[in-house]
Amino acid sequence: MQFPFLSVIVFTPIAASLLILLMPAHKKNLVRSIALGAAAIDLVLSLWVYISYLTQGMAGYQFIEWYQWLPALGINLAFGVDGMSAPLVLLTGVVMFTGVLISWGEENHGVSAGIQDRPREFFAFLFILASGVFGVFVSLDLFMLFFFYEMAVFPMYLLIAIWGWIQTREYAAMKLTLYLFIGSVVSLVGALAMYWTSYQNTGVLTFDMLQLEQAGFSQTFQNIWFLPVFLGFAVLGGIWPFHNWSPDGHVAAPTAVSMFHAGVLMKLGAFAALRVGIMLLPAGAKQWAWLIIILATVNVVYGAFIAFVQTDFKYVIGFSSVSHMGLVAMGFATLSREGMLGAGVQMFSHGVMTALFFAVVGMVYDRAHTRHIPDLGGFVKIMPWAAIGFIIGGFVSMGMPGFSGFVAEFPIFMGVWKAQWLIAVISIISIVITACYVLLVVRRVFFGKMPEKLEGHITPITALDKIAILPLCLLIIGIGLFPRIMVPMVQTGVDNILRLLGAS
Amino acid sequence: MDFLNTHLLSLILFIPSIAALVTLFLPKENLKLLRWFVLGASLVPLALTLYLWSKFNPDLPGFQFDQSYIWYPAIHSSLHLGVDGLSLTMVLLTTLLTPLAILASFNTTDRVKAYMMLFLFLETGMLGVFMALDLLIFFVFWEIGLVPMYFLINQWGSANKDYASLKFIIYTMGGSLGLLLGIQLLGVLFGTFDLPRLYQAWNSLTEGTLLGMPVSTVKAVAFWGFVIAFAIKVPIWPFHTWLPDAHTEAPTAGSMILAGVLLKLGAYGFLRLVLPLYPDQARIFAGALALLATAAIIFGAFGSYGQSDFKRLVAYSSVNHMGFVVLGIAAAGLAHGTEDAHIALNGAILQMFNHGLSAAGMFFLVGVIYERTHTRNLEDFGGLFPLVPIYGGILLFTSMASLGLPGLNGFVSEFLVVRGAYPLLTPYTALSMLGLLFTGAYILKGIKKVLHGPVNERWAHGEHKLTEINPREIIVMAPLMALILVIGVWPAWILNVINKAVVMLF
Repeated sequence: MQFPFLSVIVFTPIAASLLILLMPAHKKNLVRSIALGAAAIDLVLSLWVYISYLTQGMAGYQFIEWYQWLPALGINLAFGVDGMSAPLVLLTGVVMFTGVLISWGEENHGVSAGIQDRPREFFAFLFILASGVFGVFVSLDLFMLFFFYEMAVFPMYLLIAIWGWIQTREYAAMKLTLYLFIGSVVSLVGALAMYWTSYQNTGVLTFDMLQLEQAGFSQTFQNIWFLPVFLGFAVLGGIWPFHNWSPDGHVAAPTAVSMFHAGVLMKLGAFAALRVGIMLLPAGAKQWAWLIIILATVNVVYGAFIAFVQTDFKYVIGFSSVSHMGLVAMGFATLSREGMLGAGVQMFSHGVMTALFFAVVGMVYDRAHTRHIPDLGGFVKIMPWAAIGFIIGGFVSMGMPGFSGFVAEFPIFMGVWKAQWLIAVISIISIVITACYVLLVVRRVFFGKMPEKLEGHITPITALDKIAILPLCLLIIGIGLFPRIMVPMVQTGVDNILRLLGAS
Repeated sequence: MDFLNTHLLSLILFIPSIAALVTLFLPKENLKLLRWFVLGASLVPLALTLYLWSKFNPDLPGFQFDQSYIWYPAIHSSLHLGVDGLSLTMVLLTTLLTPLAILASFNTTDRVKAYMMLFLFLETGMLGVFMALDLLIFFVFWEIGLVPMYFLINQWGSANKDYASLKFIIYTMGGSLGLLLGIQLLGVLFGTFDLPRLYQAWNSLTEGTLLGMPVSTVKAVAFWGFVIAFAIKVPIWPFHTWLPDAHTEAPTAGSMILAGVLLKLGAYGFLRLVLPLYPDQARIFAGALALLATAAIIFGAFGSYGQSDFKRLVAYSSVNHMGFVVLGIAAAGLAHGTEDAHIALNGAILQMFNHGLSAAGMFFLVGVIYERTHTRNLEDFGGLFPLVPIYGGILLFTSMASLGLPGLNGFVSEFLVVRGAYPLLTPYTALSMLGLLFTGAYILKGIKKVLHGPVNERWAHGEHKLTEINPREIIVMAPLMALILVIGVWPAWILNVINKAVVMLF
């Protein structure tokens, strides 16, 4: 029997979380070491899955595992990855590992970086969240997908409300949780509708998504249910006009949680919207693609403008995520090969980039105790690694060739040309706006003169921080220079989606 | 040897980048090692380019030293490289000016490692544009080149560097949006970015509708998208306003490369993409282009004359000189395939090369005197000739090349442009020749203010006493001056390559 890669990946974090809770609270470094060990296991395994999928030229669902869970209702624990989800599993592994490094938080020259307050509970909640995220990406069963989805959303509330930025954490945590729960409930209704209709059509009670794909939903059914299902999930993907929770949530969350949140959780929404919305209801997707593409255009352009006018360092990044996730939704909504391909790469690229951004923002904030951009400056002299990391992330963000952002955005725009050329012309303006705000933020925060108030109070970043920045940078440059280390596998995933779209 | 011959272009292209990565691991305190290593590394592409020049056969049509690597098969883009006589000339210019710019920055002491790495990356970016035979790769290198230049201006520039660097990058990126959209359109239409194939496919598409509009309308819009992107880079009036700021604030070596090579990227874009892809539109809009070119020549000269800052004076002169390049291109667009057009294009391409030499030289000379006096204000100089006779002689020589004195290179190329364009665009050419008069005026003004007149006593004695140009600086100028003279008296060696390419291409 094959080694159960996926279930080990999914359940390692939750096992580690239980183990961490059993440790005494004052042994902070022991807790941290366990967390790092579990994250390393997941990183290695997800890398293994990714590399074997890529190098063996696989296609379709691989690493399939199947366990009975509640056969009477047709619910099974079914795992598998395809070309769309394998990069996201790797992404989660990377963000989890770097997130733990960033939150290590050992007392260091009096800088209160990372998590020093109750790290035991922090890592326990964070890892429950991680399990949920992995679970969504690998689930082949609709029920399980929801199960893991809620499991990922709930710890977010606690993580933000307890460890967040004191001024807005309660407001942001509440707002985020309500938005996401309402969205997922709407989607759940749609999922139950699919469940019953497929039972009526085929006489089999099942949540298996591969079977639901074949359930023969009628055009009317798909027209009615596509929007609730897609948008319900897309709330977590930050689609306009339901994006409002996201910048508030990003800003209030502690650094590692922001990394998870923007880096991985938003992909969860986009991915679920694709897997459940577009893949199970392809005829509905064709019907409503025009609406999604318009909403996404607003995301892209409006998000960029709003990011431009922010004066809070973290809000800039928060709104830039809104703008970039709009490109993902836009790529999906083109329903074309290039668009989907670009969206698949963009999910990974944006995940890594934004994790990098939030990591650096956290490093700056922990030392300066302010995120107000006019009060910052000159950080490059003290933390050159962080500055270079942020600049590289910035280039990804503005779609500079040679970085993964270009590899992702260019095909998306090609897809948009095929769908509606006017949208391409309108949304391309976001590239210049993004370049403006990224360059201005880089200049104001990292270059120039350090304000006198901060002079002498800023300490360099730790070795662990550097270890966290390095792989993130290498990944986005690697994909930018050599797209073939990711694109062929995403393409197999896209082929499968196009097959479903063509059949409907 | 076989490996060298088959991989020549990619070696020239990537050796600077590889050297930059090696530089990353050199100790940053050892300035001497850093400088000499980077200089040595930048001489390798020059040597390889000379070898390339010797192996290049100008009589063969099409592209030589063709190389293709897989890059992004999902959207049918590959790293396809190749050179013809046109790109070869530009590659030579780039690989020649980069070592000189690096040698010119040997006196930099501020973050030398990062500075030198940026220059090497910049060289790869520029060379990539000249070698690319894939439209997407062209764009990739086009944008990549902006990044090092942005940081060179932003980090090592003078007082107003923040404004100038942001203006530079936003102007160019914003201007490229039309180009980017056009590239996407072509990619979507034909499923390939390969230039030789696009030339055919796009030109055979003449009738019918596209995107719900007549093909000719779409082509006209796309034409202007391309033209604006390149016009900003050249720069053509009225898109030139980023240039004086960027040039003035950039460090000396940065200005050398900016004026010497980066401006040529725009003109090269016209020749490589606009004329072959849009022959009909180029004919229709040739008058408009010629008008803008004439405006650039005349207003550039006036603008230059009005400056009191020596570096700004030289910066505006670039607008003036590059105007002739565009005039030649407009003439070629109007009368595709005629002998006059060929003459004008010969002149335009040679003018690109020549301006690269003389502008780089002028900026360097401005840098030499700025470094000694810490002022660029023309009123602060005066009568420096007796104090620094060698410097004065070199400045005079380079200025005369810029002015277009017969016997030096500027005359050859400007004469060719004017000779080719005159029968085709008579009124514009006539006006431009009047503009040449003002070229003489601003150059003589510069020389007079700096070298002649009553001696400014401040530089004659005491702690501010002006020192003569040093041997390193003379070595920087020597190859430039030699080429200026050689092309002036015997242009055949380079015109032979250019002319054959022009006749085959246009």
